[in-house]
Amino acid sequence: MKGSVMSLLVALALVAQDRLAGGQEHRSYDYTKYHTMDEISAWMNQMERENPDVVSSMIYGQTYENRNLTLLKIGFTRSTPKKAVWMDCGIHAREWISPAFCQHFVKEILGSYQTDPKVSMLFKNLDFYVTPVLNMDGYIYSWKDNTTRLWRKSRSPGTGNCTCIGTDLNRNFYANWGTVGISRNCCSAVYNGPTPLSEPEAKAVNDFLGAHQNQLLCYLTIHSYGQQILIPYGHPNISAPNYNDLMEVGLAAANAIKAVHGKSYKVGTPPNVLYALSGSSSDFARLIGIPYTFTVELRDEGHYSFLLPEDQIQPTCEEAYQGAMSIINYIHDKNFRGSASTVTATLWTTLVASWISSANVF
Amino acid sequence: MQSVIRTHLESVSSHSCYATELSFINSSTRRRSPPEWIMKTFCSVWLLLSLVELRPALPVSQETPLACRGPADPALQQPETPEEMDTTGDLEPTHYPARRAATVALHYLNTRHGSPYRVFGLQQVHKASAEDVAAGGRKYSLDFSVTTSPSGSAGPALRCSAEVLFPRTEQHTPPDVQLNCEALQQLNSTAEDEAFYQKYITPDSAVSAQYLPDSYGNMSEDMQPFWRLARVAASFIMLRESSENTEFNMAQVASITQQESSEKQLMLDYVVLLHDLPSQEIIQWKLLASWSPDSGVRVLQMEWQPRCPHATKPPN
Repeated sequence: MKGSVMSLLVALALVAQDRLAGGQEHRSYDYTKYHTMDEISAWMNQMERENPDVVSSMIYGQTYENRNLTLLKIGFTRSTPKKAVWMDCGIHAREWISPAFCQHFVKEILGSYQTDPKVSMLFKNLDFYVTPVLNMDGYIYSWKDNTTRLWRKSRSPGTGNCTCIGTDLNRNFYANWGTVGISRNCCSAVYNGPTPLSEPEAKAVNDFLGAHQNQLLCYLTIHSYGQQILIPYGHPNISAPNYNDLMEVGLAAANAIKAVHGKSYKVGTPPNVLYALSGSSSDFARLIGIPYTFTVELRDEGHYSFLLPEDQIQPTCEEAYQGAMSIINYIHDKNFRGSASTVTATLWTTLVASWISSANVF
Repeated sequence: MQSVIRTHLESVSSHSCYATELSFINSSTRRRSPPEWIMKTFCSVWLLLSLVELRPALPVSQETPLACRGPADPALQQPETPEEMDTTGDLEPTHYPARRAATVALHYLNTRHGSPYRVFGLQQVHKASAEDVAAGGRKYSLDFSVTTSPSGSAGPALRCSAEVLFPRTEQHTPPDVQLNCEALQQLNSTAEDEAFYQKYITPDSAVSAQYLPDSYGNMSEDMQPFWRLARVAASFIMLRESSENTEFNMAQVASITQQESSEKQLMLDYVVLLHDLPSQEIIQWKLLASWSPDSGVRVLQMEWQPRCPHATKPPN
């Protein structure tokens, strides 16, 4: 008995030593829990350290409280510029499932690019720019105590006569700014700021997207709650020139989501499925010419709303991952396979399948 | 400047004008033939007009936010009544006007039949239509399915039909709901409701808790029926406060304090945080609810607790 215990201990020590010696301390990160900003920042460093060939970080601005806005750039390095996909999470502080999804997404693609030829192809042809928490100040504030959990906006002070804090970052972009779905009262949760891009967080995204607009094929921004895939525009009187295409891609993504755990995500423009709005980051992205821009509202539909239980993090992330990959793969294949018929065939198959399955409901 | 014009052109999205203007921007040296010149003038005028339009003509919302201001006042709320809200006839079931009306029907259903082990949730709207009514209001006709918590999507879905009337009055008037769900009459108090009642009706029971669920969405199993009772009680408030411009959910129970039971009713003091989707505001209400398996949930007192976002600047 003593002998077997001893040999077990020796074996474990060897394994531990082996791991430490290899420099790969797999302090396993729990993707099924919500994490503080410090934990997320440390995790970002870890992702970069552990995957130096495919991950680098970029600081592209500062928050109001002077924190560095950092993204992870993921993909095979190449000397010439690559086409790219942008994803941001956590524009709204209380939507904790959103940063959880960005972390899950990064984990998944890093964990599969060496074994999955499809993901490897994505890494070859595309760069992913992922910002796990855009509204860092707001997110940190929402962790402060029980009374701050439901904060939404940035943490910049009011200007002029205003005594309230914060601007809704997703109303602050120069995209039909100040026209609908906003409040000019600075205490409101949808206060769009004194001027467009008054918020340094929005300005940083604006500048990055502008500088990379020729490379960016896709803009994804992740929110909660509502279970929706929203396409431009938030203003009711304006439609995107590629509305039909965006709807098709969105519907295909919703089908991919439903296949995982049966959850229904509705697809459409905000004025139809949610409410009219202006100044959103995705409207801005579409306006400067990024062809595929989507706002994804994750679980749930109002039962727990922003306080999504931790045991739903994994299933929510799994389904959203399939939705995101459906969009990304479509865009990749459209731009790189060169075979339009493959792309069209895939879309039609998915759509026919969805019509058949929806017909069964009635 | 060029890129601003280009993005604006794309945003107003008239392809022929866009193409003409784009060609104008791109090739200023090309000699233009008369028809193209006319088109260019027309498009320039149109572009200027659209620039004027795009400048906000109306203040969209100046009033104090909902959390501060309190009970819904549709006269002051969302600035634009979307076209769909004015259409008579069939509504798209996945669009928000049908969903908001269905949400109101759900609030009503919960007030009538909700319990610690039964909270109704909207599964899907199948069909919806709306029409204006003579007295000045809008009536929605709905065909939808509901699920119950705790079983959720694992349990059976009930098919319901409802008529929801939103009066359009100066002062806010609560919507009126007529509702019919299959098998509703057969829904009796469950064994779990009974057991819960017996456990907490005892004279020395004094349950109290704060923040359900917690920030991580977690809640002990013991507290879940109390959360569901809060959800049902909150439905009375959400029903009363609803309009076509609101969409309420209960975000969190800030506190629960059990009071001394009265006339065989569990008595619970709650502070609930409601979330309104269109305004994104969190609105705090204090309420006193009673419940027993026989009587159902009743709200005896309700009080809006204004929570104006913290003023930060010290007085000058």
